Amino acid sequence: MKFRGKMTDIICMKQFANIIVTIAKLSKLCVVRLTKDFMYFIIVEENVTVGKPMVWSVLEQTHFFNEYNMAGVSEEQNEIYLEFETDVMARSLSSLRVSHGARSVKMKLTNKKSPCLTFEIQLSELSHSRFCVHDIPVTVIPRREWIMLQEPQVTNYNVSIQLPGLKLLRTIAERMKALSSYIVLLANREGTLILKVETPEATVSTHFKNLTVEDSGGDEENDEFFSARVDIKKFVQFLMSEQVNPNKVLCKIVDDKMVAMFLVHEDIVLHYFLPVVAV
Amino acid sequence: MSVLSQHDDVEDFLFEAYIDSVKHILTLLKAVNFKDNATCFATNKGLKVTVEDSKCVQASSFIQREMFQHYKLNDVQVTFKVNISILVECLNIFGGSATALKVCYQGYGFPLRMLLEEGGVITDCSIKTSESEEILDFNFSAANVLNKIILRSECLKEVFAELDSSSDLIEILLSPDPPYFRITTAGTAGDTKIDIPKNSGMIETFQCTTLATSRYRLSHVKPSAKSLAVSQKVSIRTDDRGLLCFQYMIPADNHTCFIEYCCTPIADIDDYDE
Repeated sequence: MKFRGKMTDIICMKQFANIIVTIAKLSKLCVVRLTKDFMYFIIVEENVTVGKPMVWSVLEQTHFFNEYNMAGVSEEQNEIYLEFETDVMARSLSSLRVSHGARSVKMKLTNKKSPCLTFEIQLSELSHSRFCVHDIPVTVIPRREWIMLQEPQVTNYNVSIQLPGLKLLRTIAERMKALSSYIVLLANREGTLILKVETPEATVSTHFKNLTVEDSGGDEENDEFFSARVDIKKFVQFLMSEQVNPNKVLCKIVDDKMVAMFLVHEDIVLHYFLPVVAV
Repeated sequence: MSVLSQHDDVEDFLFEAYIDSVKHILTLLKAVNFKDNATCFATNKGLKVTVEDSKCVQASSFIQREMFQHYKLNDVQVTFKVNISILVECLNIFGGSATALKVCYQGYGFPLRMLLEEGGVITDCSIKTSESEEILDFNFSAANVLNKIILRSECLKEVFAELDSSSDLIEILLSPDPPYFRITTAGTAGDTKIDIPKNSGMIETFQCTTLATSRYRLSHVKPSAKSLAVSQKVSIRTDDRGLLCFQYMIPADNHTCFIEYCCTPIADIDDYDE
């Protein structure tokens, strides 16, 4: 197995670091799947059924890397799956998020007593170059476990609605977090989204109207609401992904089963799945 | 004006009000939110929100009727108990100060309804209320006031910041003679005395008739710091029973709002268990 990539574009390096930081907020552990054309970040929740990752994120390597070479476990299966600790990687890449923080970064699969993803960051210095090397220990995931990390099946969502600004949603959700551990998300095909918390002491709901609905199939007159009750901490954690500066974020609901958030940006897609919490 | 300002007179309510920004109400409520439960009184003059602790401390925020763009009461006085911490979280839901509020209370057994709006987004809140219980009546009247001073808040803020938190008690001395105004604490490292002379530029009014010293639990006085932090001026009054009463003046655009904070003294040195 081999992997070696190099980034030299400041914006690419910054965005890559932002993605890692966002993922670090969602989970302590993550799997990176390297293929010839794509880099996937996959987070699987422990108690969830097989084939249902919590986070599924894909980026096209050509959007980020100037140089990219890999050789997978075999010719037929030209892929590498590595598990790593997200906060370790996020901290190593912090210099990439600062203006003029780095000139280039090399990312390599190495063996330093045990397998590592090594980042060699060439720091921006006026007169001479300095390198900073970070070795992030990784666990190589064997082929027999790859089945648990497959792309989630396309589900029939009841409604797919475009979220308003994540920053505003986060402000509201943080306040609601002080009132309850769970939040109910409701949406209809007319373009109304409601965030609601309900406790014996109080019921608080925020209403957003005239949002864009995807694939309504001419059903705009249908004001029936579809809803799901999810863990509010996880919802708030996802909202921190405004760092990635998405073009749009879609909220897809399967009534009483699941909420999926699809974050879309030119360079990356990030799918976040929140299962329903039983009452 | 927000869409919320269009009010519906058809509903059967006891109290209804609308204000185009919750900024000052939030300041006034956060300042007295040192306990979860508050009793609200709505009268012709405005709203009073009272929070008590251990039957020794009572703080009230006054939000006068003139602050509201619309204020309607269908009874002489409407009273109810509500969780003020939840109330504050709701008022702060959009995080900004450009939030408009419509509040409505239908009466005993009904929740407090609030509609908050900012940028076209509406948050609907329904907070459980309960029957108000008797609140303390300290009977602090002007007739019994022994000593009174009015000073600039920044001065007292500095004093409070320097209070020795290892001290259980705080002693307040007011007198027409030196040291005039003295605050003493007794902590693990020793006694700390802070004197403010009557001719200090910070003191605007000094009306002390008798030398009087009283002690209070520091833990009872400390929560007043929240009100002090947002105020411009504060008056300190003590009466013949040693009851301490702070009155804070808080600027709010064209109005001045008040918060009152009263605290009972430690009855007798011998009664206090060290």
